[in-house]
Amino acid sequence: MAGGTLQNTGVDGAAFAGLRHRLLFPSWLTIGVLLVIPVLLMLVYSFLTKEFRGGVVWEFSLAAYDQFFFDRGLFGDEPVKIEWTYINIFIRSIVQASLATVFCLLIGFPTAYYIATRPASSRAIWLFMITVPYWVNLLIRTVSMKFLIRDTGPLNHWLMQAGLISEPFHIINTNIAVQLGLFYSYLPFMVLPIYAAVERFDFALVEAAHDLYANRWTTLRRILIPVVRPGVIAGCILVFVPSLGAFLAPDLLGGAKNFMIGSLIEEQFRGSAGNWPFGAAASMILLSLVLLVLMYYARSESRRP
Amino acid sequence: MTITKHSGKRNILTAAMAASLMLGAGAVQAEGKLSIYHWFEYIPQDLLDKFSAEHDIEVTMDTFDSNESMLASLKAGKLGSYDVSVPGDYMVEIMRNDGLLDSFDSSELANFGNIEEKWVDVDFDPGRKHSIPYQWGSTSFSVNRDVFDGNIRTTSLLFDPPESLEGKINMLDSQGEVMALASMHLGISQCTTDRAELESLFSLLLAAKPKWASFNSDGAKDVLVSGDAAVGMIWNGFGAKARAEGANIEYSYPDEGYVVWMDNVVLLKDAPNRANALKFMDFLLVPENIAAVTNFAQYTAGVKGVSDLLDAELKASPEANPPADAPAGTFVQACGEETQVFYDKIWTALKK
Amino acid sequence: MSSVGERIKSYPGFGVLAAVCLVLLYAPLLIVMIYSFNESPSITRWGGFSLTWYVDVFTGSESSKFKVAAWNSISIALMATIGATTIATAAAIGMTRSGYWRGKSLSFALINLPIMVPEIVTAVATLIFFSAIGFKTGYLSILLAHIVFCIPFAYLPIAARLQGISSSYEEAAIDLYASRWQAFRYVLLPILLPGVVSGALLAFIVSLDDFLITNFVKGAGVETLPTAIFGAVKQGIKPNIMAISTLMLLVSVLFVTVSWWIGRVGDKSSVVASK
Repeated sequence: MAGGTLQNTGVDGAAFAGLRHRLLFPSWLTIGVLLVIPVLLMLVYSFLTKEFRGGVVWEFSLAAYDQFFFDRGLFGDEPVKIEWTYINIFIRSIVQASLATVFCLLIGFPTAYYIATRPASSRAIWLFMITVPYWVNLLIRTVSMKFLIRDTGPLNHWLMQAGLISEPFHIINTNIAVQLGLFYSYLPFMVLPIYAAVERFDFALVEAAHDLYANRWTTLRRILIPVVRPGVIAGCILVFVPSLGAFLAPDLLGGAKNFMIGSLIEEQFRGSAGNWPFGAAASMILLSLVLLVLMYYARSESRRP
Repeated sequence: MTITKHSGKRNILTAAMAASLMLGAGAVQAEGKLSIYHWFEYIPQDLLDKFSAEHDIEVTMDTFDSNESMLASLKAGKLGSYDVSVPGDYMVEIMRNDGLLDSFDSSELANFGNIEEKWVDVDFDPGRKHSIPYQWGSTSFSVNRDVFDGNIRTTSLLFDPPESLEGKINMLDSQGEVMALASMHLGISQCTTDRAELESLFSLLLAAKPKWASFNSDGAKDVLVSGDAAVGMIWNGFGAKARAEGANIEYSYPDEGYVVWMDNVVLLKDAPNRANALKFMDFLLVPENIAAVTNFAQYTAGVKGVSDLLDAELKASPEANPPADAPAGTFVQACGEETQVFYDKIWTALKK
Repeated sequence: MSSVGERIKSYPGFGVLAAVCLVLLYAPLLIVMIYSFNESPSITRWGGFSLTWYVDVFTGSESSKFKVAAWNSISIALMATIGATTIATAAAIGMTRSGYWRGKSLSFALINLPIMVPEIVTAVATLIFFSAIGFKTGYLSILLAHIVFCIPFAYLPIAARLQGISSSYEEAAIDLYASRWQAFRYVLLPILLPGVVSGALLAFIVSLDDFLITNFVKGAGVETLPTAIFGAVKQGIKPNIMAISTLMLLVSVLFVTVSWWIGRVGDKSSVVASK
């Protein structure tokens, strides 16, 4: 999804045009059967009746969506109100994912820019250094973060030894820990697409701006940012979308109390709730949100000059 | 250059073929197999190895961290892939009613007679048609004595804690046990359908929630040892292990009551290796073998002739020996759907 | 570029932020690496340098579990890579060498669907699907799920590389009476190979890393390294977990290095696009 590299340029040859169906069929079949049909089935499940303690009964029901949006009291006989429990979980997830995106952008943009403006030799090393964490197992990265920030972990230990704090800095099992985990997990996703965009940027434009007495910050705002915008947007999406459905960070760093959408869904299939239709409905709502974001991206891309 | 590229590709292909061949070989070997679905950290590896060696059976084990999650996974398509599981008392009853268990005749187990009399005719499995005892023990909580030196024999430390303990409490991620302890704290009956009682239960837990740090079952020992939690709801044997690992903690037998439970090895429906499952159950009814579990997990077995085989330390452990004036513990009940719907709503509100 | 150009290109503080970025990315990993050599079984106190925990990984009580899990991870990743790379290579040629046709962007969206759908949604949907059709979860269910989400990761670098290769090569071959297969096998594929290897390496590492989907679709007794580590971590971070993590980290570094090197030898743009 990095920048414009995926756009079909239209200058491709057509040597294999006659074989196109045979070449594409395996991918259509695999993804169609093992992803599209399952997602459609999940949509169907979200409209079924839940079976007591896991599973579904094949009977149409809106109960899952009703439970998501409406509160009828503990005993189901109070006047209908908006149910904030789940909406709040979604809002919290959106806020956490947005914050993670903003923080990643604040650190990621200058980093990407700095790397792209290095001489070729040191640029390669910088790029390599950013790429390595990207491919290190997310689980292991989250676990390292958990280890680092726990009350009795190295961070608190050193801060206390250095006399900077007297009480352990309590981060683990808070929303801050989840935020830190998301930021840390997806930071490389922000740097790489922005880097790709800046690298292609023609710095003659900057010199031209400079010749016209624009200062550096004006140049940055008026020339560089508009040109590299697609890379920035791609980076934001690559951080925002996985953050929204993250499971590991809230589960391992949030102490299972700071629920995000991912944990809510997992609980319906794995935990005591055992409510499949509700889990399917929550998944559908998450998927719709993500598709909205991607459609917005596609539209802004197609309008790009 | 071209040659190296080709040979590289050939290497990958060879490796893939070798991989699939070896997998195939693994499948052929599947003569004597046993697939266990067990709690985490609840059986010593040595004992599994011993069983494998004695019967020439290859044992695989998956773990779960709560009765409810085990039930959920079995219902989500795992039934038919495990031979035995180890549910708690009330969960045996639920699984039995849901038709998830296979039955056996007491004559199929040579060591059936080793079960202690009081554990043969139990409410959750009268006459032991589906299960054998594994371990039993209690659920309450341990308190870090470096942090809190007051009276610990009250469930208030969990549900209405003093300010000094706020934010330092870990709860087990186990709906049945949390609800049962909370009901005891309020002095209401378990699985109540009374509206006022349910409302008071709800408001108690909702008020307590901000004072809890986390819900964590598999990490319940770790958070006490590391000091991340000063009060931790925990099973007695797990609490004893935490103490053995260096935490200055004391296990509480609260005056309001506490949960007792018995975990049982059950024969699952559609077990792929039913005969081996029975061999395993028989194996666990041998005093020497089940004593190894007890020494490892630090709970209590339900088999005759175990006590002489236990470590002296375990026999004297404060976790395993309630004080003389402690009340008797209570089993968690399997609630009907009517109550369960409320419990689920309360539970979601707690964890949101 | 002139020194004036260099100066106006740089912004004060950006270098500092880049350094901060590296520290943030590496600090937790380095700390885990350091503590994996800790003599003391306590995970926070330092008790001197030792390789105890590495020995424990290979010979300790949990070693057999981790060995089986490692073997599952590697064999699944290998087979998923081969499956996904083959499918993706065919798809990439079908997409980039077929001119314009209706439904092309739909096909593009379909191929890349696995990276657009949030992982938790894919996990749940796959679980529901397998359960509905009565497909017994196990080794095979993990493999199938892995092939699906590896396809776009293999596809993107291959397609990027293909777009950089002029179609005149295979067209010339066909003009010289090569069959389409020969044109592919002897002309296009050798030029394309860096892209294919780069895509295969990405697919491999993505499969090796996956936790969430595997956790939902794995069957009885089948663990991969990430699910085994997750299970162990839930009970507390023990030093042997840090040793395993360090080993996995080194494997990742090795793969990135190889993939990166191949990318540099081949086409630089294909590597950039793959990230």
